[in-house]
Amino acid sequence: MSAEKTAGVSGNRLARAAIYSVLIVFAVYYLLPLYVMLVNSVKPLDEIRQGNMLALPDVFTFEPWAKAWSSAQVGVQPTGLKPYFFNSILMVVPAVAISTILGALNGYVLTKWRFRGDDLVFGLILLSCFIPFQIALIPAARILGLLGIAGTTQGLVLIHVVYGLGFTTLFFRNYYAAFPTELIRAAQIDGAGFFQIFRRILLPSSAPIIVVTVIWQFTNIWNDFLFGVSFGDFDSQPMTVALNNLVSSSGGVKEYNVHFAGAILAALPTLIVYIVSGRYFVRGLMAGAVKG
Amino acid sequence: MNRNRLQEIIPRLVLSPSMALILIFVYAFILYTFYLSMTDSRMLPSYGFVGFENYEKLWNLRHWWRALTNLAIFGALYIIICSVLGLFLAILLDQKIRGEGFLRPIYLYPMALSFIVTGTAWKWFLDPGIGLENTMHQWGWASFEFAWIKDRTLAIYTVVIAAVWQSSGFVMAMFLAGLRGVDSEIIKAAQMDGASNVTIYRRIIIPMMRPVFLSAFVVLAHLAIKSYDLVIALTGGGPGQATELPATFMYSYTFTRNQMGIGASSAIIMLVMIFSIIIPISIPN
Repeated sequence: MSAEKTAGVSGNRLARAAIYSVLIVFAVYYLLPLYVMLVNSVKPLDEIRQGNMLALPDVFTFEPWAKAWSSAQVGVQPTGLKPYFFNSILMVVPAVAISTILGALNGYVLTKWRFRGDDLVFGLILLSCFIPFQIALIPAARILGLLGIAGTTQGLVLIHVVYGLGFTTLFFRNYYAAFPTELIRAAQIDGAGFFQIFRRILLPSSAPIIVVTVIWQFTNIWNDFLFGVSFGDFDSQPMTVALNNLVSSSGGVKEYNVHFAGAILAALPTLIVYIVSGRYFVRGLMAGAVKG
Repeated sequence: MNRNRLQEIIPRLVLSPSMALILIFVYAFILYTFYLSMTDSRMLPSYGFVGFENYEKLWNLRHWWRALTNLAIFGALYIIICSVLGLFLAILLDQKIRGEGFLRPIYLYPMALSFIVTGTAWKWFLDPGIGLENTMHQWGWASFEFAWIKDRTLAIYTVVIAAVWQSSGFVMAMFLAGLRGVDSEIIKAAQMDGASNVTIYRRIIIPMMRPVFLSAFVVLAHLAIKSYDLVIALTGGGPGQATELPATFMYSYTFTRNQMGIGASSAIIMLVMIFSIIIPISIPN
């Protein structure tokens, strides 16, 4: 009896050790590319060429980072990634703000001010989350041209607001659907209007969903490449497009260390957001994926 | 009375800019692209009506078939591997693991990266001259060979490798949320009946996760069909056309080969593919 029990426990221990090993192996697998990028972004170029990609640097240098930021050849100009970083910021901040505000108002209307046909309206908005953007490339180029904002940051902001609306509306609609409608009826009887109810009753309890939406929109828009490459100019191209130009520019020696420093610079904002508020990020993905 | 009427109009007024934008930028754009796909547009939109000629040309292009075949290979492997790996990791993490809070973000962080960053990292990692192959040689394993990225038949699998790396953690998180949502009473009851852990997962928990499988499938399928950035950053569609996908096909025909009519028709096919996955799944809900 007692022998059997010990066998069971040690078998169990073995199983747990196996589980932990598998989990750690996968952690290494997910971390390896990031490690390789980090380590090689602080090595001189000849050390990368001769050395092992997993080895720690013999000579430690920040020069590749400085070069990627301010003097590397991006496309035709030796500007580094700096101007594109600010292009991305100037595009992301208004696009996230506008699409979040519109999404909140849409979600509020679709749950608390329902009207005939609102399900159809929501269906049309929701379906827009899934269209392949290739379908929009040609007409969007035409419209941006007609509006006189082709190749500008405003143009990219407009595009990102439009194609983000589906998700922001979905997030807020799902969140507000669970909000007690009686509170709103009561406020209405007290004479509160549409915006007053939104500001005084719904907005104060919307912090979690606002965080989720902002993170979702921020990562999607920051990481976008297709719209940036299709509709951006030098003054408006985002970081992802610049990184791709940096890495694939054919002239001269391939400076891998600079490429890696650039890749990390491009990834840094979303990584920081993720590290600081990863739990919300996951929750955002869930809300979008599981319910969507 | 007046105020009441205003209160009735305001909600619709608030909704209308978004609705207008979506009607134009989504639905009118679809119609416009559909119309263009029936015209003789080349470098610029032109309105000479040619019926379904572009579709005929499209389906006769080797290049398009290559893109579709690649999508089938890539999509199938991407969806299957991400789901299996995601479920596997979720089940392991669900065994009351110490350090779960530490491991989970490690599995998930690739999802926060741009596909361009992922592509840059993996392009180098998979490059035989400086990446994994070279490292193995340096460690003394001289016969080690891993040059899929340069191989016309194998290059598409490198896209799968990089894409799985990026998305499988996210699928894991979806499954983990699903596992945590399973009623613990049911599991306890099964344990009382003497069911083993494997049986409980196989017969009770996994079947209950049907909705999660469905969501994961929708998300992954639509990511696969839209895949563009990763291919551009990892292989640029090459070697040759070895990793061309419909999304890269559409872009190059429309904007670099000046065959806008054909490009538009390929975009319509992509839309049909996505909607024929999304609509049957979402209508019952």
